[in-house]
This record gives sequence, C-alpha cells and structure tokens, in this order.
Amino acid sequence: MNDLSQTGLVRRAKHVRVRAKAAAVLAAATLGATSFAVGVASASTSSTPRARVASARVDHAKKFLACEVTDTGGINDRSFNASAYAGLKAAAAADPAISYRFLSSTSTSDYQPNIADFINEKCGIIITVGFDMADATQAAAKAHPNQRFAIVDYTYSPSLKNVLALHYDTNEDGFLGGYLAAAMSTTGKVGTFGGQDIPTVTIYMDGWVAGVRYYDKVNHKHVVALGWTPAAKRAPGSFAGNGLFTNDFTNQNLGKQDAETLMAQGADVIFPVAGSVGLGAAAAVKQAGAGHYMEWVDTDGCVSAPQYCSLFITSVTKGIVPSVETATLAAARGTFHGGNYIGDLANNGVSLSPFHDFASKIPASVKSALVSLRAGIIAGKISTDPDSYPAS
Amino acid sequence: MTSGGEAAAPRAPRAWTVPLRKLAQANVAVVTLLSVVSALVLGAVLIIATTPAVLHAIGHIGSHPGRALGLTGAAVGDAYWAMFSGAIFSPSALGHVVSTGHGWVALFTPLSETLVSATPLVLAGLGVAIGFSTGVFNIGAQGQLIAGALAALYVGFEVQLPIGIHVPLVLLAGAAGGAAAGFVPGFLKARTGAHEVITTIMFNYVMLNLLDYLLSVSPFQQPGQSNAISRTMPATARLPHLFGSGLRANLGLLVALAAVAGAAWFTRRSTLGFSFRVIGLNPAAGKTAGIDARRVTVLVLVISGALAGLAGTASLAGTDFFLSSGYGGNIGFDAITVALLGRNRPVGVLFAGLLFGALDVGGRNMQAVTGIPLDLASVIQALIVMFVATPVLVREIFRLRGGGGGSSLQLATGGWGG
Repeated sequence: MNDLSQTGLVRRAKHVRVRAKAAAVLAAATLGATSFAVGVASASTSSTPRARVASARVDHAKKFLACEVTDTGGINDRSFNASAYAGLKAAAAADPAISYRFLSSTSTSDYQPNIADFINEKCGIIITVGFDMADATQAAAKAHPNQRFAIVDYTYSPSLKNVLALHYDTNEDGFLGGYLAAAMSTTGKVGTFGGQDIPTVTIYMDGWVAGVRYYDKVNHKHVVALGWTPAAKRAPGSFAGNGLFTNDFTNQNLGKQDAETLMAQGADVIFPVAGSVGLGAAAAVKQAGAGHYMEWVDTDGCVSAPQYCSLFITSVTKGIVPSVETATLAAARGTFHGGNYIGDLANNGVSLSPFHDFASKIPASVKSALVSLRAGIIAGKISTDPDSYPAS
Repeated sequence: MTSGGEAAAPRAPRAWTVPLRKLAQANVAVVTLLSVVSALVLGAVLIIATTPAVLHAIGHIGSHPGRALGLTGAAVGDAYWAMFSGAIFSPSALGHVVSTGHGWVALFTPLSETLVSATPLVLAGLGVAIGFSTGVFNIGAQGQLIAGALAALYVGFEVQLPIGIHVPLVLLAGAAGGAAAGFVPGFLKARTGAHEVITTIMFNYVMLNLLDYLLSVSPFQQPGQSNAISRTMPATARLPHLFGSGLRANLGLLVALAAVAGAAWFTRRSTLGFSFRVIGLNPAAGKTAGIDARRVTVLVLVISGALAGLAGTASLAGTDFFLSSGYGGNIGFDAITVALLGRNRPVGVLFAGLLFGALDVGGRNMQAVTGIPLDLASVIQALIVMFVATPVLVREIFRLRGGGGGSSLQLATGGWGG
C-alpha cells in the first residue's frame, strides 16, 4: 500500500467523477470512439491490478472469503475504501486461508445489490464503508442474521449482533497534535484546513483546536488556531463549526493555496485534514522554508509521503487498516463479535505517530506533557471539547 | 469509410454470411445485435489482456497449447457466464427450484434486479430521446433527476397520507420537480437564446451542490445525524413491490412501461408530438408552418425533465429510500447513451435500457464472482454504442452488404448550431 494517504477520512468529492463522466458521454455522443478510449484506459490502468491479486488468490485458497463493498469513492480513493481494502490484504497476508474481493458502487443504488451479491457468494465477512451504507448494511444484517459484517466509520445505536461498527475518536489524537503544534509554534499562530465539512474531517480539526486551547490555558500562552471555529451551543458529540475547506480531496493546488493563506496570516504549523490535498500544503510549507512545519493526518506521513518527512512534526493517525484486519481475522477464526468498536487512545485505535526527524527537536518537557495528556484523556480527566477552554 | 460497403461488394460472398446479409438488409436490430457481439468479443480480448495467468499461458502456447486455450476459454467463459447468470437467469437456481420446490425468489432475483436497474435508465433515456429527436440537447438529466428526487422526498416525509394517495402524489411531485429543473434552461433558451447544452450541463452542478447543501440542513437532513444524509421515505410513500417482498422489482417498472407507451403515442399520434418532430427534422419548415419553436423548446425540456425526475423518484421511492451526496451516480449520463442506442425511439430506449440494466447487474455479479472489475461492463456498454454509431464498421467486420439496416445513428444536429 503505497498510497499517499490511504485512510479513513472521507469519500472524495463525487462531482469530480460526474464531471469526468459528463465529458466522456459528450464525447461519445459526437465521436463514440473517445468514450471507448476512456473506458479502456480506466480498465487497463486503475482497476485491473487489484483484480489480478483478488482472482489469483481465489484459485488456491477458498476457506474464508473476506469481501468489501466500496462506497461511491471507489477502491482507489486514497481514503477509507482503500484503507479497508488494505486491512483485508493485511489479514490475508497474516492468514493464508483468507482470500478477499471487493465490489465497487457507482451510486447509492448499488449498495443493496452489491451486499446481496456478496451474501450469495458466501463471504465470511462483508466490510462496508461509511455512513452512506449504514442503512443498507443494517437491513442486510437483519435479514441475514448469520452473515457477519463490519462497517467503517459508523456506529449503530442500539448496536447489532452481527455487525461490527468501527468508529474512531480522532479528536483524541487530534488534541495531542494540536497541543504539540502550539508548543512548537514560534509565531503564536497555527492553522488547519479540511477537505470537506463532514464529521469525519471536522472531528480531527475540532480536537486539534481543543489541544491548542488547552496548551494556552495550562501554559498561560496565547497561541491562536486558525482555520476552525467550533460552533456555539453544539449538541454533545457534534463537531459542527466554521472552517477552511477545500471541498476537494484530490486537487493539491487547493491545499497549496489554503496553506499559503494560513501562513500569510502568520501560522507556522499547518495541519491539513484533506487526504492527498495535504500534499499541496506540504509543497507550500516546504517552499516557505525554515521555521514552517506540518502535521500529517490519517497515516504516518513519513511512511505515506516520505519526501516531506522533514516537515512533519508528527502525524495524527487513524487505525482503519489494523481494525479491519483484526475484524477479518476474528471472523476467519470464529471469534467475531458484533457491536460497536471505538478506536481511541486507550486501545491505540487512534494515536500520534513517532516524531521521526523531530524526535530531537521537541523539548523533553513537551514530550512528557504529551504522555500525561494522553493518560488524562484516557482517564476522562481532560476534555477534548474545545468549548471547555477559552479561545485566544 | 463510406465506400466500405461498395469495396466489399465485388468479392465472392462467404457462404456463412449469406443469411446474415439478408437479415441486415431488412433489419436495424441486426446491426445493433452484431454491435453487441463485437463489443463482447473486444471485451473478451480485454479480459485476456488483463489476466496475467492467461497471458502467461499464451506466452507458452508453443509448449502447452492446450493449457493456453483452456485458460483463455475459462477466463472469458467464467466472466460472461457470471454476467449472464447474474443478470438473466442462473441454471443452478433453477436446479434448486426443481429439486426442492423452493427458491423461486433466488431464481427470479437476477431478472428482477435487471428490471430495477433498467427502470431509471429507461425513464431518463426517454426524456433525453424526446429532446434529441426534437433537436434539443438535454445533457441535464442528472440535475433534473436530483430535482425530482428532492421534490418526491419532500412530499414523502412532509405529508401523511394513505399509500393509495401518497404514492401517486410522490410520483407527481418527482415529475414536477424534474420539470421545474428542465423549465429553467428551456426558458433561458426561448427568451435569451442561451444554448441548452451549456445551461443544462451547468444546471447539473447547481443541483448537485444544492443537494449537498440541503442534505445537511433541516428539514431534509436525517434527524440526529450530523452526516450529509437525508430523511428516509416513510412506508406509505414507497412504491409497492410487484412480485412479493423478496424481489425488488416495483411499481417504478410499470411507470417506465407506461412512459414508453405514452411517449410512443405522443410522438406518433399527438399534434404536439408532431410539431416536436417537425421542429427536430427541419426547424425552418416548422416555423414556416406556424409552429412556435420557442414554445416547443420550453415544452420539450419540461417533458424531458419530468421524465428524468420520475427516474430519480423511481429509484428513491422504489429501492433506495434516502438521498445522499451525488445521488443518482451516472444515471443521468448513461441515459444519454441509452437514448442514442435506442435511436431516440421509445421502444428502442426500452430495449437499450434493459440491455444496459442487464450489463450493470451482470457486471456486478461478474466482479463478485470472478474479480474482474466492473469497469469492463462499462467498456462493453461504450463499445456497443460505438459500434452502433459506426454501422459501416460493423458491416465491414461481418462482410454485410449495405442496406436498410446500415443507416447511421440518427441525430438531429440542428441544436448544436443554436
């Protein structure tokens, strides 16, 4: 998995796909041949290598089949679809009896039939992805009580017996990331931006801003967090607010622009929560030169984007790959239990990555503060809600 | 390319092509059928070219010819068999029914799924086709579909009525929503001359973003949700199933069939439909004959939008029951290809929609069973349209004499010039 940002943020903006399709169809209407070329190109470049892996595995190991139905972002979304698939691959690598497949959805209408197809294929576990598929997954789970499911980035209440719902409290490690960013800032300003105003993105930004505010409160400092303002009077568990968003998870130029905007306002630590759009931010931070840093999101940036490792103070990660792998292995071994799984600091479902190049640059006092903060959050003594602290 | 038919003529016809040639001279459908066959053959080449095990075996065809041929046949055969059994009928399910007397639902699931998948394609395709045959290029079916679905959903959750009244009202609302979205570009064209290709395409983005906005605010957003997902259709607003609760085929199918019949009657028998056709064939003659071309433009886009709105409603109230970002996927654009393949005729659109629905459903099963990506089904769809659009190529491949079946895909092109 060498995808740049492989994980669980979000679906990428769909209108990009629609726009491409519109262009292809227009071309087909006039030429016909163009759409052929587009189709062939997409079939022979993007999708087939995966199919090879899948079908090659099916031949010799048929004991346990693990299946993923993607949402409309597709299997190569560099986000949670790709991460869940990486989880299946990891499970197959750990247990040769496991083979795996995926089925892509091109619209919400595909969810029910795709899940039904995999039930017919006698998949040992079916992984679905995102809140979009929550209803379809629940309906299929109730109709087929012996079929095991796992759904990424969702929780059911009440929980379901045969569905493991995987949810990640990324505001907890976001909080640590915000604290660290504030501690490393020399200009007294740090900035974040998101790919889209949706809870799986804003939960990161929210926790991050809370961390900055907490830093100010306990250290009597006035570091300002730009790019995210939590909404007043929110319902518990809501991550609503106003912020800076690219509304795109693929166009790196937008990330570059947003990072430049934040740095122009004085921010010297940037935290993009926008998948591969963050690479544009990294380019801008690199261009800005000494004294400008970043924090990466979802995965360890020094692994997924090693060319920018020297800029990354740390990464605020989310463990979709290991949790899908664990769920798959449990299903294969007969130890699967449904319910809700919450990935948090306590179970290492979310965590700050190693500091890599910054290991020697972060003051020991800050490192020890992070350790005790982590313990405090786990113990429930430190709130990750930014409303608990005054804004600078 | 135009001389292809003549160039082939002097050659001695091959014996096996004689019946085909006779058929082709009489039947448009044969060229379409041969286009499907050609597309499947090219699809087979793609399957072979993207399956390493098969390629490897072919590389050693000198030493193990049997193995190479066997693997090739198996790869292609498995894929197409999975497509067929997923979309039409599976003999193993029939066997199960014969031996146990149960499993009727499983037997008819593939067909039911094909019908479900075809329903919105047929409805939206009809809308696009009526536009094309009038020289109006409605590329905005996607936006009109979303507008229709939004209106239908609103009437669905906002009004409490018994099912017998609620369902027709939801369908009406869906048609009205789509019609409203079609009216705007139509009005702009009639009043200002703004080209409908541009305005309808742009309206798609307006609707996509409007949908995104509405999904995260009241009253559309699902209560208790902070995600962009809509409320669900209440039971009284859902289209009843036609063949029992196990099969998803629903009333939307009958709506689509009624729309096909209605469109056929409309274009062939009604006065308004006649004026549509005249404007499509020769706008100048139509104007001379006293047909109000601007009125026709607005009406065509309204009708076209209403059909696209019904397509969105059929999916929403028939199978999906909620809206989310990017609703409808590519249906609005696939509708354009369906209209082209159906040669803009209502019955043609029906069959084209069924074929595309079957390829969608079959492609899904193919990916589930063999792991060959769904994209192959899209490639085959595109190839079919390409072959249909170039009948000369098909005639040349199958050594057919040019005849009535070879007429090129007919597109009224008046609209492109404004």
